[in-house]
Amino acid sequence: MSERQIQLEVLRYNPETDSEPRYQSYSVPCMNEWVVLDALNYVKDNLDPTLSYRWSCHMAVCGSCGMMINGEPKLACKAFIHEYTDQIRVDPLANFPIERDLVTVVEDFIAKLASVKPYLIPKKDQPISAGEFKQTPAELKKFKQYTLCINCMLCYAACPQYGLVPEFLGPAAIALAHRYNQDSRDGGRDERQEVVASDVGVWECSFVGACSEVCPKHVDPAGALQQVKVASTIDWYKEHLMPWVKK
Amino acid sequence: MSCKPYVREVSKTTWFLSQPRYKRYMAREVTCIFIFAYTFLLISALGSLADGPEAFQEFLNALRSPLGVLFNLVVLIAAVYHSMSWFNVTPQAMPIQRGEEFVPGHIIVGAHYGAWALVSLIVLILGV
Repeated sequence: MSERQIQLEVLRYNPETDSEPRYQSYSVPCMNEWVVLDALNYVKDNLDPTLSYRWSCHMAVCGSCGMMINGEPKLACKAFIHEYTDQIRVDPLANFPIERDLVTVVEDFIAKLASVKPYLIPKKDQPISAGEFKQTPAELKKFKQYTLCINCMLCYAACPQYGLVPEFLGPAAIALAHRYNQDSRDGGRDERQEVVASDVGVWECSFVGACSEVCPKHVDPAGALQQVKVASTIDWYKEHLMPWVKK
Repeated sequence: MSCKPYVREVSKTTWFLSQPRYKRYMAREVTCIFIFAYTFLLISALGSLADGPEAFQEFLNALRSPLGVLFNLVVLIAAVYHSMSWFNVTPQAMPIQRGEEFVPGHIIVGAHYGAWALVSLIVLILGV
């Protein structure tokens, strides 16, 4: 295993003592197989125990370690050192307020996610004795890619629209609303549309497409949002041109 | 939440300079201005046509001037870039599921280019 000395430049911010963030540089001996999260853990364990950042699974499943690595939203556990030069700059996720060091305030995203009711709302209640809601492989495939979202918020950090209009519901929340709307077992679309098709919902999206480019799970939130726009437009025409047609 | 979260301001005027993908997006959006400008040219063509054969001939002469040719060339480049950038994202906006599988994206994109070529051919035939 080869070893490399890298300079890790980390944005630090202590709300108790700092008026604004500043960069601090650490010299880290890295194994070539390491990811940026390993380098941060080395700093925490050996150089500076005060460094704060979120992480958990170390295998791109939990979605906790999202941060800007050389200006690009990445999961620190999936950003391999061998793909970078000897100088790596790490910032907290863009478009989110900084809580401390690399830890961001994510309450806004959590509230937006909850507002789209990202769970199955059955068309009608049925007793457990009636058995499971059945689904064909084709019906599953219709939404399956969206189930891979791990709520890591990289898409929010990549979305310039969210940076400019913080009220925007954002890529992951709308993509997850679309995931449930597309589910043959679900009947909650009308409830979700109240939020998703509002003036801070899908119409704030101008299809930059950055969300899909940075998604570490290869979900396509940008595509989901455009499909939601098409469906919402059809709703509008039905409502105004064919009011006698039920949705 | 901490008592003093730090908010990094995003510039409302220069935000798109920070990333190549934002610049590509702006290029897609800005090229539509040239298409918008071309609609004025078409409207003025109709106006000169309504004013009689002499006015229309004058309009055609203006089109053949170096400035007219340059304008058309610039608009053509902008329109091609604009159209291609939209064609290339159509599979995301309009996925087609046949049975279990989705139709591959290149077929959807290809169909758009095919339709474009067909319409251009019809216009060319009608124009000659």
